[in-house]
Amino acid sequence: MADETVDAAQPTAEAREPQPEQQFGVPVTRVGGQAVLHVAAADYLDLVRRLYEDGHHMCVDLTAVDYLTYEADRGLPAGVPPERFEVVVGFLSHTSRSRVRVRVQVPESDTTLPSITDTYPGADAMEREVFDMFGITFTGHPDLTRILMPEDWVGNPLRKDYNSGRIPVQFKNPVSVPDAVAGQ
Amino acid sequence: MTTTDTHLTDEGAQEMTARDVASAAEKLREQGAVLRLSEAEAEAVAAELEAAPEDETMIINMGPQHPSTHGVLRLMLELQGETVLRCKPIIGYLHTGMEWTGEELTYLQGPTNVTRMDYAAPMFNELVFSLCVEQLLEIEAPERATWIRMLMCELNRMASHLLFLATNGMDIGAVSMMLYGWREREEVLRFFQEVTGLRMNHNYIRPGGVAADLPPGWRDGVLRLIELIDPRLDEYDVLMTNQPIWRERLQGVGVIAAEECMALGVTGPILRSTGYAWDLRRDMPYLAYDQVDFDVIVGSFGDCFDRYAIRLNEIRESMRIVRQIVDLMPRGDYRIQDKKVTPPPRERIDESMEALIHHFKLFTEGFKVPEGESYAAVESPRGELGCYIVSDGSANPYRMHIRGPSFVNLQSLPHMMHGGLVADAVAVISSVDPIMGEVDR
Repeated sequence: MADETVDAAQPTAEAREPQPEQQFGVPVTRVGGQAVLHVAAADYLDLVRRLYEDGHHMCVDLTAVDYLTYEADRGLPAGVPPERFEVVVGFLSHTSRSRVRVRVQVPESDTTLPSITDTYPGADAMEREVFDMFGITFTGHPDLTRILMPEDWVGNPLRKDYNSGRIPVQFKNPVSVPDAVAGQ
Repeated sequence: MTTTDTHLTDEGAQEMTARDVASAAEKLREQGAVLRLSEAEAEAVAAELEAAPEDETMIINMGPQHPSTHGVLRLMLELQGETVLRCKPIIGYLHTGMEWTGEELTYLQGPTNVTRMDYAAPMFNELVFSLCVEQLLEIEAPERATWIRMLMCELNRMASHLLFLATNGMDIGAVSMMLYGWREREEVLRFFQEVTGLRMNHNYIRPGGVAADLPPGWRDGVLRLIELIDPRLDEYDVLMTNQPIWRERLQGVGVIAAEECMALGVTGPILRSTGYAWDLRRDMPYLAYDQVDFDVIVGSFGDCFDRYAIRLNEIRESMRIVRQIVDLMPRGDYRIQDKKVTPPPRERIDESMEALIHHFKLFTEGFKVPEGESYAAVESPRGELGCYIVSDGSANPYRMHIRGPSFVNLQSLPHMMHGGLVADAVAVISSVDPIMGEVDR
C-alpha cells in the first residue's frame, strides 16, 4: 500500500517540494536527533529485515499508540497516510551506537501486522503486550495471548475509546457485581 | 475459557499448555531455543522432550506467592524429576495500568506515577521521564541539576544493587547477607530522605531539573555513606565471593550467551555477564557521564555468579563516580529558570500576585508540551530503561510508555533455566533481579 502512495506522490512532490529524505527505502524524519522511519503495514517486515542486516541487532522497544482523539500534527512525512493505530518499534545498533525508530501505520479496519519474532525473538513479550492493550494482532507470533490483563478480560485498555472508569472492575467470580453487568 | 468456579487462578491460554497441545515453536521457545536452529539442532532439542514421556514429567506452578519470585512472578515449570524441561513465566498479577494513569496526569505529576514502577530504583524512572519531557520541550536542565541527577542515580544504583545482594543471598540461603544488604541499603535511603524527604518514590527529579537543592552538608553525608559501605563490600567478598558453597551454588548455573541476550533484547548486568561490554552510560552517554571516569564491569561466562559479581563491582564503580561528583559538583541553579516549566520560588509568592497566579496555574493546569514524540533511554540497574512519550500539545501526555528492562529481561528465564535443576531456578530468577512493579506496570 505504501508503495502505491509513495510512487503516486513522487511526481507531484518533485514538482512542488523537495522529496522527503529516504533511508532504508522509506521516508525518514528526524526529531531532536532521533531518526524515525515511517512505513506502511505491508512493508513493515521487509524494513525490519533490512534493519537487521544493517546491524540493528537489538529490538529494544515495541509499543503502540492509538491516535483516535489526536488532533495535532503527527509529524508524518508527505506520502505517508495517517491511520488510527501506530506501532512504534525501537531498534538499537551496537556497532554504530545509534537508534532508529520505526512508526508503522496500522489501519483501524485491519489491525494485523506481521510478527517480527522470527528476526527478533525478544519482541515476543512486547508484541503480546500490544496485543493485550491495543488489540493489534501479530500474525506468525508463536503464542499470542494476553500478557498483563486476565485472559477473560473484555476490551483493550489502552485504546482511546476504551470506556475506562465506567466499566465495573472485572474479576473472576465477582460477588458484588451482578452477573448481567460483569458479563458484558 | 474454563469455568471460573474450579480454577480461581486460571490464566487460560497464557499458561503453559500440555505438550500435545502446544505448538512446536512454543515448545522450542519454552525449552530455551532463541536463535535460529538448524534442523539437526532443532531435532536434538525436540528429542529431549521425547526422551521424557509426558506421563513421567509434571508441570508445577512456582509462584505467584513464592517468596523467592520477587513479588508476584509465576513460573510454570515442566519437570522431569528435578530437571527443568520447559519454563514459562506468567506475569500481570501486579498490573495497575500505570501507562494509562500517565495519560491522565500532567507532566508535572508524571514523575509521581513513574517513580512507582521500578520501586527499587525510583530515581531512574523519574530521570528517564524527565529526560523525555525535556527532549519534547527542547530544554536542557542546568548543569548543577544534571550533576545532582547523576549523584542521586548512582546512589540509587548502589541501593538497588545492595537490595539485589540481599535478596540474592536470601534466595540462595546466605541469610546473613539479606540482613547486611538491607542494612546498607537503608543507609543510602537515609541520605535520600535527607535530600528528598522520602525513602522511596521520591518525585525528586522533575522535568526542568530537580525538586530541591541538595541540603547543606550533603558532601559530608555522601562521603560518610561511601566510607561506611566501602569496607562492607570487602566483607561481602569474604563472606560470599570466595566462599566455596556460594561459588558452587552459582557458578555455571543459568548460563546465557551474548547472542541469546542480543536476540532477546536483554540488557544490563545480564548482557554484561556474557562478556559483552554495553553500558549506555559509556556507549551512548546522557547527563554528564562522559565527564566522569568509570569502568564497565563485564563477566565472562554469563552465569549467575558473573551476574552477582558484576553487581557487586558496579557498586564500587558507582562509588567511584559519586566521589568524582562530590569533587566536581558545579554551582548554579538546581532547576531551569523557565517560567513555563518551573514554579516561582516560595518567597516570591508572598510578595507577587503574578507569582501566586503563576504557581497556581502551573500546579492546577500544568505546563503545555509541544506536540511530537520522543524516546529517551537511561541505564538503570537492570538494563535499558526507556520512556516513549507522544504529546498532543496539551498538559498531559497523549501516550506514555515505559520500556521496562525487567519486563524484557524476564524472557531470558526459559533459556537460563533449561536443563537446570529446580533448586537452581531460584538462583536464576534472583540473578535476573526482576522488579515486578516494572514488569507489570
